[in-house]
Amino acid sequence: MQLREIFETMEWGPAPESAGEALDWIAGHGGRFGHFVGGRFAEPGETFETKNPATGEVLAEVTQASAAEVHAAVAAARAAQPGWAALSGHGRARHLYALARGVQRQARLFAVLESLDTGKPIRESRDIDVPLVARHFSYHAGMAQLMASEMPGRVALGVCGQIVPWNFPLLMLAWKIAPALAAGNTVVLKPAEWTPLTALRFAELCRQVGLPEGVVNIVTGDGAVGEAIVTHAGVDKIAFTGSTEVGRLIRRATAGTGKALTLELGGKSPYIVFDDADLDSAVEGLVDAIWFNAGQVCCAGSRLLVQEGVAELFHAKLRARMDRLRVGDPLDKAVDVGAVVDPEHRARVARMVAAEQEGEVWHAACAIPEAGAYYPPTLITGLSPASPLVQEEIFGPVLVSGTFRTPEEAVQLANDTRYGLAASVWSENLNLALGVAPRLEAGVIWVNGTNMFDAAAGFGGLRESGFGREGGWEGMLAYTRPSGEAAPLAHVAPMTGEGSEQGLDRTAKLYIGGRQARPDGGYARDVFGADGRLLAQVPVANRKDVRNAVEAARKAGLWAQATAYNRAQVIYYMAENLSARAAEFADRLDAMTGSGEGAAEVEASVARLFHWAAWADKWEGRIKPVPLRGTALAMRAPVGVIGVLCPDESPLLGLVTCLGAAMAMGNRVVAVASEPYPLAATDFYQVLETSDVPAGVANVLTGAHAELAPVLAAHMDVEAVWSFSSSDVSGAIERESAGNLKRTWVNHGRARDWAGAEGESVAFLEAATEVKTVWVPWGE
Amino acid sequence: MDGRSETAERTGAGLPQTWTARNAGMPLDLDWVRSVQANRSAIERRCATLPGRRSVKKAHQAAWLCKAISLIDLTTLSGDDTEGRVARLCAKARRPVRADLLEALGMEGLTVGAVCVYHEMVAPAVAALKGSGLPVAAVSTGFPAGLSPFRLRVAEIGESVAAGAQEIDIVISRRHVLTGDWEALYDEMAQFRAACGAAHVKAILATGELGSLRNVARASLVCMMAGADFIKTSTGKESVNATLPVGLTMMRAIRDYHARTGAKVGFKPAGGISTAKDALTWLALVKEELGRDWLDPALFRFGASSLLGDIERQLEHHVTGAYSAGWRHALA
Repeated sequence: MQLREIFETMEWGPAPESAGEALDWIAGHGGRFGHFVGGRFAEPGETFETKNPATGEVLAEVTQASAAEVHAAVAAARAAQPGWAALSGHGRARHLYALARGVQRQARLFAVLESLDTGKPIRESRDIDVPLVARHFSYHAGMAQLMASEMPGRVALGVCGQIVPWNFPLLMLAWKIAPALAAGNTVVLKPAEWTPLTALRFAELCRQVGLPEGVVNIVTGDGAVGEAIVTHAGVDKIAFTGSTEVGRLIRRATAGTGKALTLELGGKSPYIVFDDADLDSAVEGLVDAIWFNAGQVCCAGSRLLVQEGVAELFHAKLRARMDRLRVGDPLDKAVDVGAVVDPEHRARVARMVAAEQEGEVWHAACAIPEAGAYYPPTLITGLSPASPLVQEEIFGPVLVSGTFRTPEEAVQLANDTRYGLAASVWSENLNLALGVAPRLEAGVIWVNGTNMFDAAAGFGGLRESGFGREGGWEGMLAYTRPSGEAAPLAHVAPMTGEGSEQGLDRTAKLYIGGRQARPDGGYARDVFGADGRLLAQVPVANRKDVRNAVEAARKAGLWAQATAYNRAQVIYYMAENLSARAAEFADRLDAMTGSGEGAAEVEASVARLFHWAAWADKWEGRIKPVPLRGTALAMRAPVGVIGVLCPDESPLLGLVTCLGAAMAMGNRVVAVASEPYPLAATDFYQVLETSDVPAGVANVLTGAHAELAPVLAAHMDVEAVWSFSSSDVSGAIERESAGNLKRTWVNHGRARDWAGAEGESVAFLEAATEVKTVWVPWGE
Repeated sequence: MDGRSETAERTGAGLPQTWTARNAGMPLDLDWVRSVQANRSAIERRCATLPGRRSVKKAHQAAWLCKAISLIDLTTLSGDDTEGRVARLCAKARRPVRADLLEALGMEGLTVGAVCVYHEMVAPAVAALKGSGLPVAAVSTGFPAGLSPFRLRVAEIGESVAAGAQEIDIVISRRHVLTGDWEALYDEMAQFRAACGAAHVKAILATGELGSLRNVARASLVCMMAGADFIKTSTGKESVNATLPVGLTMMRAIRDYHARTGAKVGFKPAGGISTAKDALTWLALVKEELGRDWLDPALFRFGASSLLGDIERQLEHHVTGAYSAGWRHALA
C-alpha cells in the first residue's frame, strides 16, 4: 500500500510478532514430546496433536500418558518429596526465585508459545500472563523463605496432583506449582490436552535452573490422565482448575480418601454498573472483563447489570466500543480478541447462543477472519434471569445484560446464581460501592475495575465456583496441614440398658428456629445412662427436620450482619447461662458417659465459649500490598449455613466448640448432637433460649449421624458441613457435597483433642469464614 | 461517514477546518455537567495498557508519523522570540521534513498544521507564511495565567484577529473550575468565542491546575457548550502538561458532546509531547476513542516544539534503514 494512501485511511496495519523462536524450540524437540518425570523428558509414546486454533496448524505431538506413566510420575514425586521438604525454606526459596528469573529471561518465548497454543492475543500473554507467572514464583519464593517462622506447626501435604485448564495454561501452572513447592510439596501436573506446550517448556526450565529431580513432574494427556491422577492412591492433594462439571466428578472421586482438595471452577460473574459510575470507564472495563482472552476466563464479567436509568446510554456506548475491537491473528500485537481455543469450543459457544430465542443478539461490527476458530464479540440484551444464557457459563466472548432499579435489587440479581467466583461494582459513590461489594456472593470483588490479579491477593470462589484460595497466606493454607498424625477415632456406641426414667418427666425435643419442635417422624429413641438406666427419650430427626432446620437457619441471615461485638456478647451470655447451670450439666454428662469428668467438661465448655466470644471481634482480615494505587481488602466473611455433625465423645464441649466458633464468625448452624450422648445438646438449647440467641442461628437436631449427614451434605442451601462424628460418614459427606460443591471439613475417622489446643484451633475460624478479596483502587 | 459533506459554517479560505461544521454551542446544561464522572484509576489503566494494545509498524508507522507532522501546531512561546526566530519557525512549518525524504516517502508537500505564537509575533508569522495556506494561531487572553483584566483579555483576541491570526488559543479562568462556578466559565468562554468572530477558538483548560479529572471533564463540557472549536490541555507552562489520562478524559467529553449535539469539537494536547513514540500513542488513542475523523488538522493538533525533530529522525530511519542524527535535519 502506498504511504500516502495509509496517510489518508490511517489504518492500523499489521504488527506481527514472530513465531520463529517458538517454532524452533518445538522443532528442537523433534516436534514430539514425552512426559517430564524425575527430572528428564521420557521418550514420546502414543501421541496426540496440539494445534494452533487461529490457523488449525499442528504445532506438535504430545504423549497421552498411560496409567503406568502417571504412576511413575507420582512415584518420582513421592521419592523427591521428603528431601524437598527437608531442604531449608531458604533453599526452596532459592529454587523458586530461580524459576521466577528463568520465566523472566524466557518471557517472550513463553508468551509466543502460549499465544500459538491457545489463540490468545500476544498482548495478553506478553503483558499479563507471563509477568503474573514470574510474579507468582517470586512471591512464593518469599513464602518458602518465611514459612518456618510464619506458619509454625504446619507442614507440607506431600504429593500434589494438579490439573490445569486451557485458558491460562502457564499462569494456572504457576498458581498451582509455586505455592505447592513453597510449602515443601512435590507435584504431578497435567496441562490441558489442548494447550500442553508452555508446561513442557516450563519443565525444561525446571531442569535448566537445577530444580531437584522429581519435584516437578509434568504428564500430558486427556481427561483419562486427569482421572488417573485424581484416583491415584499415592497423591495427597488434588488441586483442580476447570469446569464445575469436572470439579463435581473430582469431588466424588476423592470423597472419603482423605485427599485434600481445592477446586477453582466456573463462574457467571456479575458486572454491576450504577447510574453514578464513570460510564466510559465501565465500558472500557467490560473489554477487560468479557473480551479478555475471548471471554474464556472463569472470572469473566459475563453478566452485565446496569441501572435502568442509564442502561440505554450505556448499551449505546458499549456497542460503539465493541465495533472498535480488533479481532484477528493472536500474534498481531494490535489485536484485542484472538481465536477461541479450539473449533470444537467455538461450535459449543455458537450452539449455546443459537439455542436461545429470547433476547436481542448483537455482534460487534468488527472484521472477523474467515478461517480459524473465531467468534465475534457479542452482546445479548433483553434476557430474563431464567434464560440459560444468564445462568450458565458460556465461556466465550458473549456478554449478557440485564437491568436493575435499586442497589438492593442489584445485589439480589447479582447473587441469583449457582456460582460465586468474582464480581465488579462500578460507582463513584464510596458508600454505595463499598456497601454493595461485601454483600456480593463472590470470592473476589473488584470496585471500579475488573480482572485484577496479584500473587498476594487470594483468588477463588464460593458456591459452585469451588473452594480454596490461590495466592496470599490463605493460598498457602491449602498446601499445608498441621504437623503430627492424629490418632484414630474409635466409634462411640450408645449405652444400653433398660429401666425407667426417674424424676419429673422432661421431654427432649429438637430445637429449630428458636422453638422446641417435635420430630417430623414422630419417633424417639431411648437414651440410657452409663449405669443402664433410661435417662430420656430423644427425637429421631429425619430429612424433613433437616429441611426445617436449614430453612430456619437461612432465615436468620441478620446474624451475619450483627456486629462482632454483638455476637461476642451473645456468646458470652451463653457461657454465663451455662455456668449458672454447671452442676446440672455436669451431672447429666456423668450420667450419660459415666466418666466422672462432667464438671471438667462443663468448665471447659464455659471457657471455650469465652474463647470464641473473644475471637468474634479479633479474627481480622488483611490488607494486601497489591500493585495498585488502592488496596485489596481480604475480608473474613461468614460461610453461611453450616451443618455440624458434633463429636460423639465430647457431647457438650464438642457442641459448644463448633457452635461457638461458627456463631462467632456470623454463621448459622444446624448441629446434630452427639449420637450416643445427645442430652447435653437437648439441655443446651435451654441455654440458647435464655441467651438472646436470635431464632434460627443455632438449631439442634438429634438422630443418627449416618442418616442425617448425607442429607445435610446434599442440601443445596447449606454452605458447609463439618463432621467430627465417630460414625463413618466422612466419605458420604464429601460425596454428597458435590451437589452444590459446599465446603466440607471432616475427620476421616481421626480424633481431635477437644479439651486441648486442637479444640480452640484457628482452624475452626478458617473453616467458619470465607476470604473475600475486595479490590479498591482509589485516587481522584 | 464523510464529515466533509456536512453543511459547514464556512470560515474563510486557508483554514484547514473548513470541511466540518463549527461547534455552535448550546445553552449551559448544568445537570449534564454535574453528572459527568471521571474515575482516575480506571482512566489511568486504560492509558497504561493502550501502548501495548496498539502499535503501528513499518510503512504504516511512517504514514502515521507524517500524519502527526500534519497535525502539529509548531510553537514558539518564549519571551525572547524575535521576528527572525519566528520567520525561521515558519520556514520549518512550510518544509518540516527534508525534501529527499518526503520524495522517498511519496509525501511531497507535507506541512505542519499551523504556527502558534504570542500576539506580537502574529504579524511576522502571517507574513512569513504568506502563500502557504498555513494558519497562524495566537495564544491570547492573558496567556498563560489568564488573570489580566477581563476587557483586556477580550480586546487581546480582537487585536490578534486583526493582525491576521486565524486561530486563537484562549486560557480559561481556572478559578471558575476550582470553585465550581460553571456559569462564570460558560459566560467567559462564550464572550471569548464571540470576540474571535470567524477565527477558531481553542480553549486551553490548563488541566494541570484543575485538581481532578472530573474537573477536567466538566470544564471540557462547559467550554464546548459555550462554543469552543477546540479544547486544549495545557499552556505548556504548567508543571504538568498533556498527559494521556487528561487527554482521554477530554476525548471522552468530546465524544459525548458529539453524540448529544452532533457537533465535532477538536482536541489539542500541548506540552511534553516530544517523541515520535508519544505521538503515535496519542494518535492511537484518538483513533480508538474518537475515530478516524479526528485524525485531521481540523479536529486534532499537537502543541509541540521539539516533537518534529524526533519524527524527522524516525522518518529518515524508515527511508534508509539506518538510525539518524539530529544534525541531519534542518532546525526550526
